Amino acid sequence: MTQRNLFWSAAKFAVFCTALSPFGWMVWDTVQDNLGPDPIETLHFRSGDWTLRFLMITLTCTPLKLLFNWTFQHRFRRMLGLFTFFYATVHMSVYLVLDLSFSWEQMLDDIPKSPYVLVGMAAYVLLIPLALTSTRKMLQRLGRNWKKLHQLVYVIAVLGVVHFFWLVKADLREPLIYAAVLTLLLGIRLVYAIRSQKITLSLSPALRFFLFSKN
Amino acid sequence: MRIKKDLSRSGSQITDPALFKQRRRLIKAAAGSVMAGFGIGLAPLAVAENSKVFSNAAKSSLSLDEKPTDYEDVISYNNFYEFGTGKGDPARNSKNFKTRPWTLSVEGEVAKPGIIDIETLLKTQTLEERIYRLRCVEAWSMVVPWIGFSLGNFLKQFEPTSRAKFIEFTTLYDPEQMPGQRVSVLDWPYVEGLRIDEAVHPLTILSVGLYGEILPNQNGAPLRLIVPWKYGFKNIKSIVKIKLTEKMPNTAWNIAAPSEYGFYANVNPSVDHPRWSQARERVIGGSIFTPKRKTEMFNGYTGQVGHLYSGMDLSRYI
Repeated sequence: MTQRNLFWSAAKFAVFCTALSPFGWMVWDTVQDNLGPDPIETLHFRSGDWTLRFLMITLTCTPLKLLFNWTFQHRFRRMLGLFTFFYATVHMSVYLVLDLSFSWEQMLDDIPKSPYVLVGMAAYVLLIPLALTSTRKMLQRLGRNWKKLHQLVYVIAVLGVVHFFWLVKADLREPLIYAAVLTLLLGIRLVYAIRSQKITLSLSPALRFFLFSKN
Repeated sequence: MRIKKDLSRSGSQITDPALFKQRRRLIKAAAGSVMAGFGIGLAPLAVAENSKVFSNAAKSSLSLDEKPTDYEDVISYNNFYEFGTGKGDPARNSKNFKTRPWTLSVEGEVAKPGIIDIETLLKTQTLEERIYRLRCVEAWSMVVPWIGFSLGNFLKQFEPTSRAKFIEFTTLYDPEQMPGQRVSVLDWPYVEGLRIDEAVHPLTILSVGLYGEILPNQNGAPLRLIVPWKYGFKNIKSIVKIKLTEKMPNTAWNIAAPSEYGFYANVNPSVDHPRWSQARERVIGGSIFTPKRKTEMFNGYTGQVGHLYSGMDLSRYI
């Protein structure tokens, strides 16, 4: 192994361990009986928070390239995306297995009545094909379609944030932070897409010049 | 990647999780029996430094015959948005909340309005222990041994007039002390209300304590309402004003989301919250494997309060 490869392997391992640590912390607190008065809710909320955080981190890779021309982050993008899926899976498992005791009766009672649960589940279902096609082999096999398929992540991110918005009772501050971050991350992409004329807006030439002029 | 097996520790040194838990239980039980020997229960262990001033309050026949939720859980898992919207925020942010001096104003449709000092209130009311289940609209519940007195009896001295159809309660408004009020999450101050027949029902109390001690700040000190057949948010905390009115009061959560939080807010497993089911509740203090409990109509008090709502369509009057 060359020194360079060794460096990247070590870096990947470090990112992997860091990304896994919130889960380790959940397991530790569970074993230690340290989850507070409502342990299921604690696990449910923590895994949900980390799903959204990893989703946002994953979506930061492209803006870093666009803004600063950095590329190192792309080496971790697949891993970060898979961690998003991992925490989403933990979140779903906590809900179905612990919260609803995996009982059909309770699931039928609960899921159809909760619009935010339906939105969250839709987001999770859409994540599955992305996780399954995350391998290099699938990337090569799908070719151009791979990119199209993985643009689903934008829909998933919006659904994820809507899911959070819809479940809170009155204090919207935390979901608003996620909405702001997502708007920024998607906004940067949009501006660059318009600049590079991948997307054309029906704006007057003068307005377009004003908004997107590189000067 | 290969991970080397750790041989430095022999198997016998690693504690089996089941055994670990069993040991913890044993330790807890041992501690409990020692405390019991001194005439103190395990739960109030944490109360020790706080004076158990109400320990001789009469036990009420209206109490549930159920084991109360652990003291630690009752005082650390709270919804009290005046001190923050997280469950742990109230305990953290209410430490320096001043509950003395404190006065309660009783006004509106009464012949003898008055302002009463909390100390006078404590001396003049007959305190009882009432063990009630608290069912939150968020679908969790706990069992709390409240110390309090009947609201109906208390109101008599102010001589409510025949025009008193409703009762309106108001929480202290003091953003200096209550950081949550600096954020417009709700329309401050918090206001709650009852129909007058609900207010004078024997189950309805004003609470000044729990677990035999003075009400902790995060639980609504120094004075809060307890209406056990309604969702938790009706149980307004840190009350400074009671006003008897002819018209139905506008209440805080009803103003915030009228389609989700009605004026009545009776616990009802067959009428769901628009965004979640109310059929079951998570019991606070359980483990991750504790299944939910089925929610009971009127939180189990149908026999006592059902008649108050006869002829009312409870899916409409939420």
